[in-house]
Amino acid sequence: MEALKTFKKGGVHPPENKLSAGAPIRVLPLPDQVYIPISQHLGAPAEAKVDKGDVVKTGQLIASLHGFVSANIHSSVSGKVQKIDLVPDSSGYKRTTIIIKAEGDEWMNGIDRSPEINPVITASPEEIRKKIMENGIVGLGGATFPSHVKLSLPRGKKVDTLIINGVECEPYLTADHRLMLEKGPEIVVGIKLLMKVLGVSRGMIGIEHNKPDAIEQFNQILEGEPDISVHALKVKYPQGGEKQLIKALINREVPARGLPIDVGAIVHNVGTTFAVYEAIQKNKPLIERVVTVTGYNLQNPSNYLVRIGTPVSKLVEAVGGLPEDTGKIISGGPMMGKALSNTDVPVVKGTTGILIIPENQSRRKNIHPCIRCAKCISVCPQGLEPYLLMAMTQKEMLENLEMNNIMDCIECGSCSYICPSNRPLLDYIRLGKTTVGKMISTRKN
Amino acid sequence: MNKLITVAPSPHVFGEQSVKKIMLGVIIALTPALFCSVYYFGWGAIIVTLVSVISCLITEFLIQKFLLKGNLTITDGTAIVTGLLLAFNLPGNLPVWIIILGAVVSIGVGKMTFGGLGNNPFNPALVGRVFLMISFPVQMTTWPLPLGFKTGYADAVTGATPLGILKEGLRNGDQMSQIMEELPGYKDLFYGHIGGSIGEMAAIALLLGMLYLLVKKIITWHIPISIMLTIVLFTGILWLVNPEKNADPLFHLLSGGILLGAIFMATDYVTSPMTPAGMWIFGIGIGIITVLIRVFGAYPEGVSFAILIMNAFVPLINRYVKPKRFGEKIDYE
Repeated sequence: MEALKTFKKGGVHPPENKLSAGAPIRVLPLPDQVYIPISQHLGAPAEAKVDKGDVVKTGQLIASLHGFVSANIHSSVSGKVQKIDLVPDSSGYKRTTIIIKAEGDEWMNGIDRSPEINPVITASPEEIRKKIMENGIVGLGGATFPSHVKLSLPRGKKVDTLIINGVECEPYLTADHRLMLEKGPEIVVGIKLLMKVLGVSRGMIGIEHNKPDAIEQFNQILEGEPDISVHALKVKYPQGGEKQLIKALINREVPARGLPIDVGAIVHNVGTTFAVYEAIQKNKPLIERVVTVTGYNLQNPSNYLVRIGTPVSKLVEAVGGLPEDTGKIISGGPMMGKALSNTDVPVVKGTTGILIIPENQSRRKNIHPCIRCAKCISVCPQGLEPYLLMAMTQKEMLENLEMNNIMDCIECGSCSYICPSNRPLLDYIRLGKTTVGKMISTRKN
Repeated sequence: MNKLITVAPSPHVFGEQSVKKIMLGVIIALTPALFCSVYYFGWGAIIVTLVSVISCLITEFLIQKFLLKGNLTITDGTAIVTGLLLAFNLPGNLPVWIIILGAVVSIGVGKMTFGGLGNNPFNPALVGRVFLMISFPVQMTTWPLPLGFKTGYADAVTGATPLGILKEGLRNGDQMSQIMEELPGYKDLFYGHIGGSIGEMAAIALLLGMLYLLVKKIITWHIPISIMLTIVLFTGILWLVNPEKNADPLFHLLSGGILLGAIFMATDYVTSPMTPAGMWIFGIGIGIITVLIRVFGAYPEGVSFAILIMNAFVPLINRYVKPKRFGEKIDYE
């Protein structure tokens, strides 16, 4: 067995708390009404293609991509468009949202809903890319970058490795873990599809060794597949960060402010890979995803297959309702997830999990003076000085912030996590990043 | 849903570390040395330590309450650590009023004038110690012999420290071989059966403390190891060049406050550099200055001054020695 790989610089070890790792994926009952925002991805919002009163089928295109960096949106239920309105999403901002009242579950023709695995790849690279775009596939690890853009190589760039991200380094979340256990063969077909688009002959799956069953499963499936390999990684946050994962697996360092493609690698999440499989082999658009619902005070932390647009409240009901002492509701994991102000917001393509935190763990502790222990520096995976960036942000030293590479920050939160004085390092760094970002863009104009 | 919930930016979980826990760790790491000092110096060690710690706490309390009018900070444990470190740097029969004065200078001048915890450029305990050394040279260099509880406090039997014997001998033009006969053996140095400040003698206790700090990840190895390596290398070269006029590296390493300074004083978070490379520069600087003072200077002992001098360079080191940025060098074509 090879030695466990990991990235070298920085990182923290928050308690893993994978409470729902043993809970098989269950299908959440259809909601009465879905709220589908037309912007669930990075880039330009899609353009709504339906109007109030239109009757739609499950899987029908209801908003089409606008520009290259954008993604199609499909209806996740069949029924009638109630209205198109501004509804707050998980960030708290109001977004244009298509509200559909569900009636039955009538799917579009041509979508293969049978459980049989279709391993025969007939599509050409061009067709695969086109179908990924048409079916609205975006990065399902949480970043929601449109996948077809990632698969369109800029001129002059070469790729030799496809990396599949099965790390799931966020504590509590188990959606990717369950998907790997239950849909392994499908994911492998998805990998082959992605390798075909990119024209690469090396595919690597990276999984942290706290998921030995998933690693073992891929080892078995991949017997006789010399081009694809699975690699056990040490458990360390933020190993699921693209740059950290590339460093861990193939020891290449993506240049600062550069992209993985600059070192010949492309990274896709396992969830995305499964969605690609369904899009090409089953002709199915991205209308549902696996979401972990978890927390220490929940009766049964679970993993659900959820239609996009389902209100978070339906998920919470499914696990027995909000516990009495709920203090915080988080969309995503505890390190990078967003705290929700209520449970009416919809599940979107980037929703990896819903985490319920009890009241006694939901408040920040008192802030003490910086004692210059340098722990923030030693855990920063990007080689930054968080204490300094925070101080400079407080003093609005924008040029100095830029010189100290504030824009390199990946907002993983390791610095705030480790600080013994409970200083809100990442809060200030985010503020500094936004301000410096504005300064840089005005300079360009 | 009509319940109020908390909305805050990520992260939503936090580590278990706190200033208080770190300080408790340092105190635990200092206990073996404390036990040794009580074993060797008896009541002297107990009185010096208690007076120093309590005066540090009271000084910080009074300044916070009446001058700064800020939140009381004495519960964070930093004043206790300063008090312990100051005590460890004092002889075991120092008059009580001098100890109190040292504590007031440590906390009052060394720490609180700069704004309290996190803002002081110099190690507070060393500020107090050096102030006393310059103001009360006689009392500060009268070292009781390690006789345990068999000796009194004010009327303790005193003697010279190994470094004092060395300096005196060399000044008289004696050969190393003659001086060595008067010096305690390495076994005594290692177990601390020598004269000196109450906490600096027992090498084994201090090394045990270092081990604890390293295992608990309270400090990294960079500063203590770089100081020790520099001192061993520098004194080693001098010793090889002229073994009749210079003590050997092991003697230097085990005598005086080098271990105490390298493990507990130089590693003070607030007054040491933040990056590993910066810590190396800091440690090498301390090592070189210590040897320069010991070998060429007037004082037999130089760690305190060396650390204070390098403390002054820390802001400069932090400014120019940056951590390695991820993706700085392009390692793939």
